[in-house]
Amino acid sequence: MKISPAHRQYHPKWYRPQISTYWWSHEWPYLKFMLRELSSVPVAFFVVIILLQLWSLREGRESYLEFQQWLKNPVLIILNGLSFIFVLFHTITWFNLAPKAMVIRWRGKRVPNLLISSPNYVAWVVISGLVILLLTRQG
Amino acid sequence: MVNRSNEPFLWALFSAGGVLAAFFLPVLLFLYGLAFPLGWLNPPTYQETLELVQYPLARLTLFLICSLSLFHWAHRFRFTLDDGLQLKHLNKLIGVCCYGTAIVGTTTAGYLLWHFP
Repeated sequence: MKISPAHRQYHPKWYRPQISTYWWSHEWPYLKFMLRELSSVPVAFFVVIILLQLWSLREGRESYLEFQQWLKNPVLIILNGLSFIFVLFHTITWFNLAPKAMVIRWRGKRVPNLLISSPNYVAWVVISGLVILLLTRQG
Repeated sequence: MVNRSNEPFLWALFSAGGVLAAFFLPVLLFLYGLAFPLGWLNPPTYQETLELVQYPLARLTLFLICSLSLFHWAHRFRFTLDDGLQLKHLNKLIGVCCYGTAIVGTTTAGYLLWHFP
């Protein structure tokens, strides 16, 4: 078959509605979706902080303590506080997505969503507790 | 560079990164971003931190958290720009920048954590 781009008198006019760049800002479910996707930015931001911290740790005591001092800068505390909210949002939405991504059937019936997402929450609490125990000094 | 056939692989990285970020980042961010700087909890000393990071398992965990979380970011951010802001025509450039950043971050993490003084 030969496709020729020749002129046709009654060429069909495509139906292409214009969608606003801010289409996601009008309704809560879309906005929530967008915020969830954007939670990846604070994730990357904090990875950069971890990498800088490791860098300073390699440099020696002076530089490590300097970095810890730098983290006390109010601007960083605010940025980290905001990032923390976004990262929590990521965690919650991620665990709630698990039952949708992974449909498990048992005796012919679908296992309820809560039974799939709740072990994630339990593991999350356990891991967070262990990390806090590992990284904080008592007294 | 980024074509259809890479998609499942990139999605696997995205998903693994999502899991690691969900489990580990809130607590780490809470400790190092808020609790330690604001004096709510006592941070480990330089020596203790160094000893901790010298464990191979700790370094492997940190490496995976850093690398996979960055691939997670790359994947989400790419589609946020593509679909959210309708920049589909810049698809290739966005893909290269996002995954490129993740690769640079992974290399940096590997370099920093491969062996610790």
